[in-house]
Amino acid sequence: MAIYIVKRFFMMIATILIIATLTFFLMHSVPGSPFDEERTSNPTIQANLEKFYKLDQPTHVQYFDYLKSIATFDFGPSIKKPNETVNTLLARGFPISFELGMVTILVAVISGITLGTLAALRHNGIIDYSAMAFAVIGISVPNFVLATVLIQQFAVNWNLLPPATWSSRMHMILPTLALATGPTAIIARLTRSSMLEVLTQDYIKMARAKGLSPVRIVLRHALRNALMPVVTIMGTMLAGILTGTFVIEKIFAIPGMGKYFVESINNRDYPVIMGSTVFYSAFLVFMLFLVDIVYGFIDPRIKLHRKEGDA
Amino acid sequence: MNEDENTLKKNGQGGAAVLTKPEAAGKRKQVFSEVMLSVRDLYVSFRTFGGEVQALRGVSFDLYKGETLAIVGESGCGKSVTANTIMGLIPEPAGRIKNGSVLFKGKDLTKLDKSKMRKVQGVDISMIFQDPMTALNPTLKIGEQLTEGLRTHQKVSIGEARKKAIKLLEVVGIPNPEERMKQYPHQFSGGMRQRIVIAIALICEPELLIADEPTTALDVTIQAQILELFEEIQERTGVSIILITHDLGVVAKIADRIAVMYAGKVIEIGTKREVFYTPQHPYTKGLLASVPRLDLKEEELQPIEGTPPDLFAPPIGCPFTARCPFAMEVCDRIYPGTTDISVTHAVDCWLQDERAKKLFD
Ligand SMILES: Nc1ncnc2c1ncn2[C@@H]1O[C@H](COP(=O)(O)OP(=O)(O)O)[C@@H](O)[C@H]1O
Ligand code: SF4
Ligand SMILES: [Mg+2]
Repeated sequence: MAIYIVKRFFMMIATILIIATLTFFLMHSVPGSPFDEERTSNPTIQANLEKFYKLDQPTHVQYFDYLKSIATFDFGPSIKKPNETVNTLLARGFPISFELGMVTILVAVISGITLGTLAALRHNGIIDYSAMAFAVIGISVPNFVLATVLIQQFAVNWNLLPPATWSSRMHMILPTLALATGPTAIIARLTRSSMLEVLTQDYIKMARAKGLSPVRIVLRHALRNALMPVVTIMGTMLAGILTGTFVIEKIFAIPGMGKYFVESINNRDYPVIMGSTVFYSAFLVFMLFLVDIVYGFIDPRIKLHRKEGDA
Repeated sequence: MNEDENTLKKNGQGGAAVLTKPEAAGKRKQVFSEVMLSVRDLYVSFRTFGGEVQALRGVSFDLYKGETLAIVGESGCGKSVTANTIMGLIPEPAGRIKNGSVLFKGKDLTKLDKSKMRKVQGVDISMIFQDPMTALNPTLKIGEQLTEGLRTHQKVSIGEARKKAIKLLEVVGIPNPEERMKQYPHQFSGGMRQRIVIAIALICEPELLIADEPTTALDVTIQAQILELFEEIQERTGVSIILITHDLGVVAKIADRIAVMYAGKVIEIGTKREVFYTPQHPYTKGLLASVPRLDLKEEELQPIEGTPPDLFAPPIGCPFTARCPFAMEVCDRIYPGTTDISVTHAVDCWLQDERAKKLFD
């Protein structure tokens, strides 16, 4: 186990390094510079600015400076927001985005698994058909469309929920709904099909032959096996939700990291782009690592360590 | 027989007394007086996209206490459906018992609701499945899979249940049972897994064991070991066994009586001796002739030509007509009644019918 974690740790470092490098060179290959919009700027001021932010240095020097900043977790000052550093922006924005993302994942996992399981247990029944109809809609409607519809109905027409921002529990409902519907639908469909498959397995028949209660058979014998494919897609789903938060934050005027990130790209605010990209990829890579660990717990056949001999 | 039941009950109490040998157990094999299970005129169908499969079409047989009844027949003849129906495991709503009864010690199991049936499943009747590689849940430790049945049906502590499970693992021949309880199925070989499946089936000390092709998925050497285990268990506990197989070698080894099934019917039933040495049904004869024998060369093997009838639209007459070298006009039109050859031997074939016999004379 320890060996596995150490190995995975180095792989994570390598992954982050590759992402950082790609981001750096992609960013520099895009035309434009942070000071394009400043019409009044004269060449001397521009040169001074570039010097201050070390943009006058050769690319490889900038690259190594950048790697150093990653290693020290100090991503430097923002170019466009003179009083802010990338770290302060992250400290302010990320917790909100994180909250939105985590609530979304939680809602999606719980409701998706429940829905999928019920649909499988009532195969070809009314619950099954309605759940799957919901799933098809949930998967095909983009979250930004759903967000506008939700705002229009719940906030504007019915005046039930606040239309924007992130200041109370009530404020969290619509953005979470908008963001969680797609993932819920995907998880529900996956759970259903894998549950249907698991329910035909011999070990389920054997569990029935033991005279166990249906509840125990589903919860103890079927669900765990049925969830394996769901755990497998959790990694990509997390990535999707993470990027989804950017869009949803923009629509609901939520002061998360998304706003700064989008702004920074438009403005070529290099330190913010790089800092937040690296931060987010590190976060994601870590989550993927957690998913693998969870998978190992759910499926004992996956050996995270070499120990037991086969009999 | 009451005495034997008491012994079984007594065993239920202490973990240490698992499967101890009642004195009468050895004798019981010859006695066969008490009918334990009586299957009567069972009709089971499955609705499918292609129509209704009439899997069982009037299956009847008795099972006596302490005996091993082998059910043999080609693949698809309804052996597993018979087992599943007795066990209450017919997949609903596709599968349906259309007629007939399964009397277990006088109680009709087909009439029980699901929760009452659960008190029979694994308690009075246990089932052993064909493929030990898939019969155990890959995500649960075998300790849990062993004890959960006991803990569901009896008020025993985890400790007691574990003690009994460990004892049982020992009985079925798993070394280091205490250690093994903590392991997962993938850490065992196929033969070992089948031993575990057998231990699971025995945990509540059932009176009837239904084994559906328990050795088909195993190597030949392991097959023999598992069969010996069955004999040993029966000797110790006096459990009745229904052994489903298409391997006549297996039958020869451990069966007391044999029921031959064809196209959803029992077409011949008798003691092992009767069925092996004086088979009456042409299908049984064909089946026996197709068994590879050491004294015959491979080419001399005679499998029965043709295939069994379509169970979507089974023939009204004898289903073996199309393959039968002795088929007559009447065979195709009317199903032969059951003719008793002896007290223990019965066959469904016009050749044995009194009226047909007269015709030949
Ligand atoms: N769940 C099911 N759905 C539809 N048909 C089934 C089902 N189970 C069994 N059958 C049909 O019933 C017949 C008997 O099957 P089975 O008892 O499994 O044969 P075997 O003697 O090989 O065990 C076969 O024709 C099979 O196709
Ligand atoms: S009833 Fe007729 S067809 Fe059927 S087995 Fe007997 S002789 Fe053959
Ligand atoms: Mg079968």
